[in-house]
Amino acid sequence: MIRIASGQAFWGDWPQAPFLQVRSGPIDYLVLDYLAEVTMAILDKQHRRDPQAGYARDFVDDIGDLLPEIVDRNIKVIASAGGVNPRACAQALLARAKEQGVAGLRVGIVEGDEILGSLTSEGGPQIPITPLDPTEAPFQEVAPKLTSAHVYLGADAIVEALREGAQIVITGRCTDTALALAPMIHEFDIRSDDWDALALGTICGHIIECGAQSTGGNYLENWRAVPEPECIGFPIVEISARDHAVITKHETLGGFVTLPSVKEQLLYEIGDPSAYITADCIADFTTIELEQVGKDRVAIGGVRGRPAPDTLKVSCVYDAGWKVSGQITYCWPEALDKARAAGDLVRRRTEDRLGEGKFDEWLIETVGAGACLGAVGPTPGDLPEVVLRVSARSSQRAYCEYLGRELIGLVLTGPPGATGYAGGRPRASQLRAIWSGLVPRSQIHPRAEVLTAEVPTNES
Amino acid sequence: MRVRLFLLAHGRSGDKGDMVNIGVIARRDEWYDFLSRELTAERVRGFLETLAHGEVERYELPNLSALNFLVHEALGGGGSISLRLDAQGKTYAQALFRMPLEVPPELEGEVRAHWGETLPADCIIDTPGAIDDEPGAEERL
Repeated sequence: MIRIASGQAFWGDWPQAPFLQVRSGPIDYLVLDYLAEVTMAILDKQHRRDPQAGYARDFVDDIGDLLPEIVDRNIKVIASAGGVNPRACAQALLARAKEQGVAGLRVGIVEGDEILGSLTSEGGPQIPITPLDPTEAPFQEVAPKLTSAHVYLGADAIVEALREGAQIVITGRCTDTALALAPMIHEFDIRSDDWDALALGTICGHIIECGAQSTGGNYLENWRAVPEPECIGFPIVEISARDHAVITKHETLGGFVTLPSVKEQLLYEIGDPSAYITADCIADFTTIELEQVGKDRVAIGGVRGRPAPDTLKVSCVYDAGWKVSGQITYCWPEALDKARAAGDLVRRRTEDRLGEGKFDEWLIETVGAGACLGAVGPTPGDLPEVVLRVSARSSQRAYCEYLGRELIGLVLTGPPGATGYAGGRPRASQLRAIWSGLVPRSQIHPRAEVLTAEVPTNES
Repeated sequence: MRVRLFLLAHGRSGDKGDMVNIGVIARRDEWYDFLSRELTAERVRGFLETLAHGEVERYELPNLSALNFLVHEALGGGGSISLRLDAQGKTYAQALFRMPLEVPPELEGEVRAHWGETLPADCIIDTPGAIDDEPGAEERL
């Protein structure tokens, strides 16, 4: 039986989780996900400024601190912390190992997800690419604006790194589910056409990929009932055979693993449940059988899978202009009326100064009075305060910066009772849009390589 | 008795491009058939029409006593460029759980027994007509 523990679900997740997962009980694997869709574009920009940057530095700090325990207990770590530069991430971790006197560490890296050069070469894409969603714009329209393009790799290259004896495996873009599926394939020698087993591992990966969302975090069923939320335990998958898995958590930590807590995560961010498509298989969520088999133990069985498609998903990020968003708080009396009037005022003043049509979109929201639920939510009554939130998009940075100045100018020139602007003038930020496509699997070549501190490595 | 969907179901929402998915899970397996009958794609679309502009697709997961709704054109262009405070649609599930449902007497008893003293009073809509001024009311009545 192996225990695969989730330690991080996005870059910025609860910082104590990796430490608690390692120190609160037995685990064999620690898997950490750092990459949301837009994260790659941000890391790509950092990498262009500094060839040694472009990965999740928090990973090196956190796992660096844990290295002696991880090596001592032979815990394997798999993390998508590499961003656009897994090699530099691995080298930084090896440097930390040396500082701590940890000898012989083997760090695997997975590369081959980056395909921007192949898509934007002169004379058109060298790899055929089609939109994931047929209603999306054709690739040629976004191609000139692309800033990054990364393929969602599956578990294969991670498994290869594990077979070569890597204790830590650092990937760039790969599917979230592959991080947890790879150890299962490695430990149980799952065949590459054992679709039911691959689907089970993929579904387990989906359940733990969002960390505490399966153990009582962001839990809607009854959030008050979550035990000891101050030390919430992240999920652990126990796998004892190719067709049997149990979701659990460390006994000494808070939170819980129940049918409702697992179901909320199973239903999270899915489309057609009978065809959950990844690089490794197609998993059928309508075949899942869940059973509570003990306190904080939910067994998963019955899972059926189908062959993986012969295409892989690629996430392209392109520049989409600029946005600005800022907030001012208005207090009683007439908080909502004043916030609305101030929103109208700032738009009118901005358009008077710049002319109309300089922004592609405006959005004026009143936080505390229905910004999220709108007309579906309860009718706001006599409110003690309301936060005005003004946002706009434009192709021009200067227009967004100007709107930021207008917004702060409201404080002394608009309705009374304005406060909460201590953050200062809101600044323009660059917008990055996602265009998702499909490329033939045969044209993508994931590579695994194991680095060690003893052997000098080549810069790529 | 007229109650809000929250009394019968729980779940979670998340983003996929400009689309939101809302997982709706029956709080008790026995309530799945009732929810499956009541929560048609058309009705969900009507209830959310002031928030989202596109079609609603519905998928069934009887094995989990759950339904999955895909709500199109829901995020002002998609998570990464959306100007919305809730750019990733995290609150869509809570919005849907305000939907009023007329529950038959036998189900009313089960709902009251399930919640006991913790029954949230604001999820019971006592007076007939009290919801007439809410969005999508015509769709429901």
